[in-house]
Amino acid sequence: MTRPTDADNGPAVTSRRRFLRDGAVIGGAVVAGGLGAGEARAADADNLPPNVPEWMKTPGDATGSQLYGTPSPFEKNVVKNIPKNLKQYLSASGRTPLQDLDGIITPNGLFYERHHGGVPTIDPAQHRLMLHGLVDRPMIFTMDDLRRFPSESRIHFLECSGNPAYTKPFGKTASDLVGLLSCAEWTGVSLKLVLQEAGLQQAAKWVVAEGADAAALTRSVPIEKCLDDAMLVYSQNGERLRPQQGYPLRLLLPGFEGNMNVKWLRRLHVTAEPAYSREETSKYTDLMPDGTAREFTFTMETKSIITRPSGGQRLTAQGFHEISGIAWSGHGKIKRVDVSVDDGKSWQEAQLQEPILTRALTRFRLLWRWDGQPAVIQSRAIDETGYVQPTLAELLAVRGENSFYHNNAIWPWRIASDGEVTNAAA
Amino acid sequence: MPPLKIRVAVAALAVLTSVASARAQSAYGIGRAATPAEIAGWNIDIGRDGSGLPPGSGTVAHGREVFAQQCAACHGEKGEGGIGDKLAGGQGTIATAKPVRTVGSYWPYAPTLFDYIRRAMPQNAPQSLSNEDVYAVSAYVLNLNGLQSADATLDAKTLAAIKMPNRDKFVGDPRPDVKNPACTSGC
Repeated sequence: MTRPTDADNGPAVTSRRRFLRDGAVIGGAVVAGGLGAGEARAADADNLPPNVPEWMKTPGDATGSQLYGTPSPFEKNVVKNIPKNLKQYLSASGRTPLQDLDGIITPNGLFYERHHGGVPTIDPAQHRLMLHGLVDRPMIFTMDDLRRFPSESRIHFLECSGNPAYTKPFGKTASDLVGLLSCAEWTGVSLKLVLQEAGLQQAAKWVVAEGADAAALTRSVPIEKCLDDAMLVYSQNGERLRPQQGYPLRLLLPGFEGNMNVKWLRRLHVTAEPAYSREETSKYTDLMPDGTAREFTFTMETKSIITRPSGGQRLTAQGFHEISGIAWSGHGKIKRVDVSVDDGKSWQEAQLQEPILTRALTRFRLLWRWDGQPAVIQSRAIDETGYVQPTLAELLAVRGENSFYHNNAIWPWRIASDGEVTNAAA
Repeated sequence: MPPLKIRVAVAALAVLTSVASARAQSAYGIGRAATPAEIAGWNIDIGRDGSGLPPGSGTVAHGREVFAQQCAACHGEKGEGGIGDKLAGGQGTIATAKPVRTVGSYWPYAPTLFDYIRRAMPQNAPQSLSNEDVYAVSAYVLNLNGLQSADATLDAKTLAAIKMPNRDKFVGDPRPDVKNPACTSGC
């Protein structure tokens, strides 16, 4: 996705093009892809020093003119990245524009979405959670009931397991590549507390979670995870879940593949063995070259990507640039991120931004002086277990090209001498 | 030394850690009991062994009719795929460079077919088919894959008895399976 730079008309475009052609240097490092449209129009001299800008000469919009605030109109192109020309849009996905975001929290409106039967509209007053199977007391909870339990809030990432595939065509932007990834502060109740209310029986080994969508999607979760950090979530970044994220209730399994974090959660079936549902046999299994397929591959392994500068953006000046990106691990905290600016020949340790939380995005940065020569930049994350993010070649050597899920490869960006950033592996 | 009974109880407590606390009496008294009728209405899970399959049956011939009306628009007349997944063929391709994953070539358990069709298909009207129709469509899809004869009738017992060709090809998660030495210079 690109910002409204060259698409805009007016003197800004002319002057920027002249600027690029002449190779002139204006003070400061600039990544064109990260510019807002307002900055792109900055050459409108009437609003620049020494003149007084027009927005200071008249009052602005009235207080409360937006009852639910929306971004500046100059940010109108920062939206979800929806693939074009899909065969259908009921079982499909939309991606977070990672290259346009800062920090570690994904705004709710830009959180990635993946649905299997569309997005249901559920009246919370008519929503129920049924808990049954190998429990002493089969139970039904209303949303009011669930909000009476002790609540907790935690920051965790969610990532689709197919993010991206192992074969070309690879995406042009960070969003195209790994945009089925987002991170939020989740609020809800510990699943363990709710299971306690029903009384788990000795034979309980799995919990099959079912959504109240048109796919009635089911995934099986090991009881160990259910009694560890699993949550029943009703809020995200302070407000109630969005419909696309499972309103009014979803399962959250920190670090586990997105599909298992069942949305619109209506039923928990405590069982002795997994359901072997369609979503955990014919899909979400990783096919190896020898014809075997890995099942129950839950954890999203350590991964990182540089989001700025990244594919679709352009460096417009030599000199200092901040290389910035995100790292995450389904196994815990990020311990270190290395960055290479010489096509992988050498690596240096990036600075990690606090907070560094378990199973959450961690922001990293490295100050870099671009000399105007072609370069390939990439990041490599290491988590607290010591696991190192692999290269695509290393993954392909073990898994072949058809395993589809859990590709956590290092992703290099190529910077051309004109500053254009593209996917170096595409 | 405490009496044997108490020592046994203490040992048992030590063994049952977090699982034990989840088995305690309800701590908050929140929620209400679910009735058997409520559970029966919502629990549509079918086990891989066929547990939970309802009474009733369906023939391949009837399945062909239902499939033509309800499924073929997305999956093709013979399950060749379209807007929806390809459902038939592909046997013998799974270990090749171009695997074709279908019900017949990839799915490990036949009862899952009933479970999935009933809960999620047809996509424009899930949970609208009768159990008889779901048995029939399951029979037809299995017939398209050469796993049921054209005159077959499927019910709970016969569906659970089918051994899918790819059943033994699923393995556990061996990760971490890839090791990056994390070279820092002269790489």
